[in-house]
Amino acid sequence: MNATWSRFNVTSIVLGFAFLYLPIVLLIVFSFNESKLVTVWGGFSTKWYVSLFHNQGLMDATWVTARVGVISATVATVLGTLAALTLTRYTRFRGRVLFSGMVFAPLVMPEVITGLSLLLLFVAVGLDRGFLTVTLAHITLTMCFVAVVVQSRLVSFDRSLEEAAMDLGAPPVRTFFQITLPVILPAIISGWMLAFTLSLDDLVIASFTSGPGATTLPMKIYSQVRLGVTPEINAACTILIAVVAIGVIIASIANKRREVQRQLDEQAAQRG
Amino acid sequence: MKSLGSIRRDFAPWNDPNAKPYIQFDKVTKKFGEFTAVNNLSLTIFEREFFALLGASGCGKSTLLRMLAGFEEPTAGRILLDGQDLRGIPPYKRPVNMMFQSYALFPHMTVEKNIAFGLKQEGMPAPDIAKRVAEMLKLVKLEQFAKRKPHQLSGGQRQRVALARSVAKRPKVLLLDEPLGALDKKLREETQFELMDLQQELGLTFVVVTHDQEEAMTMADRIAIMDKGEVMQVATPAEIYEAPTSRFVAHFVGNVNMFEGKVAERGAETTRITGATGAQIVVDNGGNAAAGSDIVFAIRPEKIKVSSKKPADAVNALEGEVYDVAYLGDMTVYHIKLDDGQIVRASALNASRVTEDPLTWNDRAWVSFRPDAGVVLTR
Repeated sequence: MNATWSRFNVTSIVLGFAFLYLPIVLLIVFSFNESKLVTVWGGFSTKWYVSLFHNQGLMDATWVTARVGVISATVATVLGTLAALTLTRYTRFRGRVLFSGMVFAPLVMPEVITGLSLLLLFVAVGLDRGFLTVTLAHITLTMCFVAVVVQSRLVSFDRSLEEAAMDLGAPPVRTFFQITLPVILPAIISGWMLAFTLSLDDLVIASFTSGPGATTLPMKIYSQVRLGVTPEINAACTILIAVVAIGVIIASIANKRREVQRQLDEQAAQRG
Repeated sequence: MKSLGSIRRDFAPWNDPNAKPYIQFDKVTKKFGEFTAVNNLSLTIFEREFFALLGASGCGKSTLLRMLAGFEEPTAGRILLDGQDLRGIPPYKRPVNMMFQSYALFPHMTVEKNIAFGLKQEGMPAPDIAKRVAEMLKLVKLEQFAKRKPHQLSGGQRQRVALARSVAKRPKVLLLDEPLGALDKKLREETQFELMDLQQELGLTFVVVTHDQEEAMTMADRIAIMDKGEVMQVATPAEIYEAPTSRFVAHFVGNVNMFEGKVAERGAETTRITGATGAQIVVDNGGNAAAGSDIVFAIRPEKIKVSSKKPADAVNALEGEVYDVAYLGDMTVYHIKLDDGQIVRASALNASRVTEDPLTWNDRAWVSFRPDAGVVLTR
């Protein structure tokens, strides 16, 4: 390793990271601001975190977001996994191309259009907008992402594992739950986490499909910001960033450990 | 045909007209779309037999095995196991187990759990499962690896786990799809004998698919040579080698010299052949070749003697020139170019350290062989 720390390299790294992270750093720093003014530093304080937990509106929105996220991610994972199974297992059936196109269309569909069309649908069928409609909308949005993640795992899945299970006397359903599901579980969990994250930070579709009493956290933050940014919002966002960052770090450490362990095991096995 | 000195000399149910067939393929055809993988094939396998399906890739041998396991249904024809028609019986209800080429070990289960999987499916009580698993681990000498996961094992160990898992249920028939394909040469040779011992010990019927002729010759009681979805010959390894019934089989197993020719004279005991280029060959057994018909005379290289002078007593002797010599240590391979242009391959065992008759490039030489050394092939 003899990377040359030329002036050009250093400058590009600093500028690049500043572009990416300066806004977030500012947001975090000002969440500890004593002053009520967002742009003027008035000393260190954690009072906004305390007041955050007393802000009933924000707490309600957090609770709604968590529930929408968990329910929609779970349903989307089940549906997305089934879609992925269908697409990888049944390579020939009437309308397969149409089916796969329709499964993956929401990936590229502008959110505004998805949101608007869902709104029109809910109005047409007379469904009152609220918790149920946001959840349904998020299932629609995230299902295709789960399908993509699970499908990529299924493509490399060794079908002879299933044949071996059936050969040893397990009927198809038992084979699925005892062999297929455990083997593709990591992909399903990734899919669930992706769906949950997408649901967590969705503003556009939620704005279209949500109703009174079902305001999600992004909607709440956005509406408060329009009335003027308070350090309380900074604090809420900082907590959100911390939660996501910790999740990512734990996941990658676990992944790395598993990988290292696996390599050690394989080396040991080769030695006999 | 004398049997080779095998411990299973007396085991030959295929010669017994009263023996009950165990597995029967009855005019089985399997088509995948336009492609015919197995074509109107009939085959009989006996109980406790070690049977090998040998052929190049795409000859339909694996399809045959998968039909027996229940992963494919025949397009036409029947498969009987112990008198029972297998049509419509799903893989999980068939009394056969398969060892997969990829081993197909369940990656999320320990060795122990892998072996116990099939026993759990049939609802065996837990103490019995534990006992059987221990027995299987002992059988394949993997007792200390019971708690390991498949990725913590070497290739040879994985192969043994796959084997233990597939015999744990005591199936009526064990199907092995290229069981040694993923092992290196040395391990493969050791494992061949282990498999044979195991089959004897358990008294199971083994059907093994392989493309490796040496493997099939070593292990099997009988071999079916397959080509393009059809069986070319079913016989013991010795018969396949010494008495092939077609050019394909003669070519497929081992090295062989082929003389194109015509039957000149068909006697009661000897048949005289005129080679396409004029060579005269006398053989003991003309098979079913009629006088005047076009045939091929096939003879293995080690049955041909090479000498610098014409042997006095030789019935068949052809003259030529040494074209190539390859000294391999245990034997020497000669390529003799006959005066009619045909090249004959002959191999001589180097039984003594000094050969009295060293031949080298461009020497005049005679090839000779006995009248019973080769076979006459009509197809």
